[in-house]
Amino acid sequence: MTEAPNLTVESAIAHLNQTEDLGLRYYAAWWLGKFRVNDAVALEALINALTDTKDIAPDGGFPLRRNAAKALGKLGDERAVMPLIQCLDCEDYYVRESAAQSLEMLGDVRAIAPLQNLLKKAVSAGELTDYAIDTVADKPHLYQPYEAILEALGTLGAKNDLTLIKPFLNHPFAKVKYAAQRAMYQLTGDDSYGEMLVEALKGKELQLRRSALMDLGAIGYVKSAGAIASAYAENSLKLIAMKGLLEYQVKVDQENQQELSDDTMMVMKLMDSLL
Amino acid sequence: LAVSNLAKVRSPLAIPTLIEVLGYNNPGAAVAATEGLIALGETAITSLLENVDDYNYGARAWAIRVFAGIGDPRALQLLLKAASSDFSLSVRRAATKGLGTIKWQQIPSDTLSQTQQQILDTLLITAQDGEWVVRYATVVSLANLYPAVHNLDLKNIIEKTLISLRDSDPEIAITTRSKLALQNLAKG
Repeated sequence: MTEAPNLTVESAIAHLNQTEDLGLRYYAAWWLGKFRVNDAVALEALINALTDTKDIAPDGGFPLRRNAAKALGKLGDERAVMPLIQCLDCEDYYVRESAAQSLEMLGDVRAIAPLQNLLKKAVSAGELTDYAIDTVADKPHLYQPYEAILEALGTLGAKNDLTLIKPFLNHPFAKVKYAAQRAMYQLTGDDSYGEMLVEALKGKELQLRRSALMDLGAIGYVKSAGAIASAYAENSLKLIAMKGLLEYQVKVDQENQQELSDDTMMVMKLMDSLL
Repeated sequence: LAVSNLAKVRSPLAIPTLIEVLGYNNPGAAVAATEGLIALGETAITSLLENVDDYNYGARAWAIRVFAGIGDPRALQLLLKAASSDFSLSVRRAATKGLGTIKWQQIPSDTLSQTQQQILDTLLITAQDGEWVVRYATVVSLANLYPAVHNLDLKNIIEKTLISLRDSDPEIAITTRSKLALQNLAKG
């Protein structure tokens, strides 16, 4: 196991470009993302790492590709979009998942159609197929990273084909279902989907309540502010969710050419009480 | 649930048990116990202060939250230290918030200005915290501190700090909360 070295931008790029020590490469890819190193050489090195064939995990996956795909989302450079779209065809589930998450972060609509392609086998005549519900034999995951794909489609504004998303509202996995609710809210603005996530705040499992909190924060559903504040979860997480609401609400205020609307003040008042 | 019921009784007799609960590794119970102790106010402070050095880290963190919620000046030194140097961001957050809601009337008037200067010095440190939520708590505390302060120099520093957070913090949550704080300062 390689020890975590103290890196500089130059040494991280050098570590990523060498092929002797796989541990150093893996760590360097993570490091470049963590510190959002926005540098053309770093970008090129990370894009090259997306097709690496040396670093292979016991499960047959590509750890370096996963890390590089994650890092590229954080750099915010659109030159990573096409290489990440190609990763959606990678045989490693976790590379596809990281790519979908990063494509969401990069916010480029070119990713919409390729992401939708990953859902096509999962939906038939408005219903989920076995391909949507079954887990892969001997693996702990579904056939596709549906949660990441649905979240990305919601954020990217993929309004052209809701029939691929809506069936996932009935998915047996709670987090996939929440991702569908989140996307449907973002794509239609229909409060009924936001209310489904509010309902999820009352769930029995803390993990799922946390998940619903983060989803509500991500979509900025301001009507959930009171429910978030009184949900049974840590204040730290509630504050992060409320911050999402606040950021969204400030944008709404700007569009309405308003300063500190009642909703914005209400969200901050609740945040103050959670400190 | 038992803790939550005990906390609701609001009886000083419950204090030792509620304090004991802070030491269990059970966040749900600790939240209920913290709320109960805050509601009991100053009567809870004495026993907490007497024992705080013996607590494990988790219990200390919860005790800081109780001190912050009650605002008893006897706990001020602990809050000042926790706000600027605790390793847990949620403890720094709670302590920072607590610095703005100290019960000023309990501080002798000849030391009030000096105490507020000390608090402001710490809030200038927490205004630079790497975690947005600690900076958010700083804004709330500065806003709460302002009307309690009579020294004009201190008032000016508070206002300038809020203006600087409003104009140059990278987080929308901080700039917006600072804007609200400044608006309220102007209203007096």
